[in-house]
Amino acid sequence: MGVMDGKFEENVFITSLDWIFNWARSNSPWPMSFGLACCAIEMMATGASRYDLDRFGSGVFRGTPRQADIMIVAGTVTLKMATRIKRLYEQMAEPKYVISMGSCSNNGGPYWQYGYHVLKGVDEIVPVDVYVPGCPPRPESLIEGLIQLQNKIKRETIAKKSEPAA
Amino acid sequence: MKPEEISALLTEKFGARILESKLGVVSPWSVVEPAAILEVCQFLKFDDRVLMDHLELLGGVDYKDRIEVVYILYSMKHHHRYTLKVKLPRDNPKVRTVESVWGVANWHEREAYDMLGVEFEGHSDLRRILCPDDWEGYPLRRDYKFPTRYRDMPV
Amino acid sequence: MEVEYSGEVMTLNMGPQHPATHGVLRLELKTDGEVVAEAIPHIGYLHRCFEKHAENVDYPGVIPFTDRLDYVAAMNQELGYVLAVEKLMGIQVNNRVHCIRIIMAELNRIASHLLAAGTYGNDIGSITPFLHCFRDREMILDFFEQTCGARLLYNYNWIGGLMFDLPPGLEEKIIEFLNYFEPLVDHLNRLLSYNHIFIKRTADVGILPPERAVFYGVTGPNLRGSGVEFDVRKDEPYLGYEDYDFEVPVGKGEFGPIGSCFDRYIVRILEVKQSCKITRQAIAKLTPGDVQEAIPKKVKPPAGEVYMRTECPRGELGYYLVSDGGTKPYRVKVKSPCFATMSAFREISRGAMISDIVAIVGSIDIVLGEIDR
Repeated sequence: MGVMDGKFEENVFITSLDWIFNWARSNSPWPMSFGLACCAIEMMATGASRYDLDRFGSGVFRGTPRQADIMIVAGTVTLKMATRIKRLYEQMAEPKYVISMGSCSNNGGPYWQYGYHVLKGVDEIVPVDVYVPGCPPRPESLIEGLIQLQNKIKRETIAKKSEPAA
Repeated sequence: MKPEEISALLTEKFGARILESKLGVVSPWSVVEPAAILEVCQFLKFDDRVLMDHLELLGGVDYKDRIEVVYILYSMKHHHRYTLKVKLPRDNPKVRTVESVWGVANWHEREAYDMLGVEFEGHSDLRRILCPDDWEGYPLRRDYKFPTRYRDMPV
Repeated sequence: MEVEYSGEVMTLNMGPQHPATHGVLRLELKTDGEVVAEAIPHIGYLHRCFEKHAENVDYPGVIPFTDRLDYVAAMNQELGYVLAVEKLMGIQVNNRVHCIRIIMAELNRIASHLLAAGTYGNDIGSITPFLHCFRDREMILDFFEQTCGARLLYNYNWIGGLMFDLPPGLEEKIIEFLNYFEPLVDHLNRLLSYNHIFIKRTADVGILPPERAVFYGVTGPNLRGSGVEFDVRKDEPYLGYEDYDFEVPVGKGEFGPIGSCFDRYIVRILEVKQSCKITRQAIAKLTPGDVQEAIPKKVKPPAGEVYMRTECPRGELGYYLVSDGGTKPYRVKVKSPCFATMSAFREISRGAMISDIVAIVGSIDIVLGEIDR
């Protein structure tokens, strides 16, 4: 992801660069405040005094997508809102990640059967990196999801990906 | 005032325009002719004995052969409640708006239009409120077919 | 206030994603410079088809869906629905169930008002009260977790009883919490409520006169902030509220005209103190008993309809239930208090500035799950 992606062959110089970039990106993932429904209250509780999210570097919830790294989709995604989510995702700058929090944004949640206005999962419109289950997930679950995302970021590399065997 | 007294007052003032009443149940109600609903509501709000200044609920119910619009009225001064109903045909449900009597009826009627397709004549801004503007169909009708796609998203 | 258009009218979108709109609310602002001539609310971004679900699942299965309407005060939402079904079926529950329901409802009211106060301070610009309020709110959520296992959405009030009884020792812990918490309300007042900047931003803003409030069907703290003393718990008591001793706080216009944002906010803080008083009385009235003795094996109300209303932290919540004698409800219509308040928003916000719009939205304390259902 980003400007330097895929420009270098794999060598030992890249591993140190990789390590620096991944360390910087994973230890300060700034979320965009995107609470839709009940999971938003648990997201606020995760950022508040008891389950402090600031110790993971995520304390500042940015209001605008252009300054944010991760979009935590917390709550039910309805069809009326889905076009806006797509637009906001496209407005975020690379590198960007998406955490889908709660069962409504994972695959529709309790509204899967008769919800004519509910999008069954936010992964129909944006690519999701981490799914956090729960209805609503406890703050500890969201922190676990964030740590999984940090581990995923640490495994990234800016080297050119090798061609698949013909 | 007891529900029986309110019902008696209505039949005394409006006569045959009150079609039927059901008292002695948990929530007593009266059915009003659709053309007379605005006058009945104005009477119930401004008459000193009744003074229904609080419209608690305005909603629609879809029965198999008709659509009913329910008005639940309450008086903050006299502490009594009464329910009015209007029975409308399913293929062309139209009734006068009561938004000039209670301001909250504006949004409640928009919701009844959105969910059940009831048209309120004289409404200042009758358009969908909960579903998107280009939604097709009236979701709370009993014969509603669930959509499979909306724009380019699967439902 | 009449606004004269001195220049071009610009249409701004305070869109569904905004840090200060408390959820997915879209406000279309027609502004003339910084003054807003018209603020039109657009809702429906969280329409989750509650009423369609309620027609297709059986009566006890609707209770988790009612939780998710006003997710901040879920106990009160369940209570309204459960009382409506019990009224239709004619079920009487014992004193222990009444007292526990009141304890849970009032604790949830305190938690909801703390969240409202904390996020309102956050919108105005003061971040510290947010953290203080959430610290105290977490202690209340601990009690709910010890009782039924969930922090936010409980499924605890069942038709005819409750899911679990209170665990042993919880009454003493709640009294200990109330002893710790009541002095902290004065601390919050010193920090936020009587802060000079807060008063300047809220005391002259968003005036709603009492007659217009009644015309628009506003209820709850928003109506009481305009000076009208009307509370469902005193007007049409349920659950035995007529035996409890509490007052109904009303906005008095301490720092500006009656019906301003400050009045609506301070009514909530005063209500928190009254809720503490009610909870203490309810704990003293607890008697031993079985909380599940009146739960019917199969919930099949007789054909008919009922309207039941309760006092939620946001106003008067009403459930209109139509039953056709089967195991599934025929129609459940919810009258949510925030829906009526949002319909009055155009009138409250006429002539305000853009930063005042933020103060007004925070003071009427909306939850979009309830408006959009």
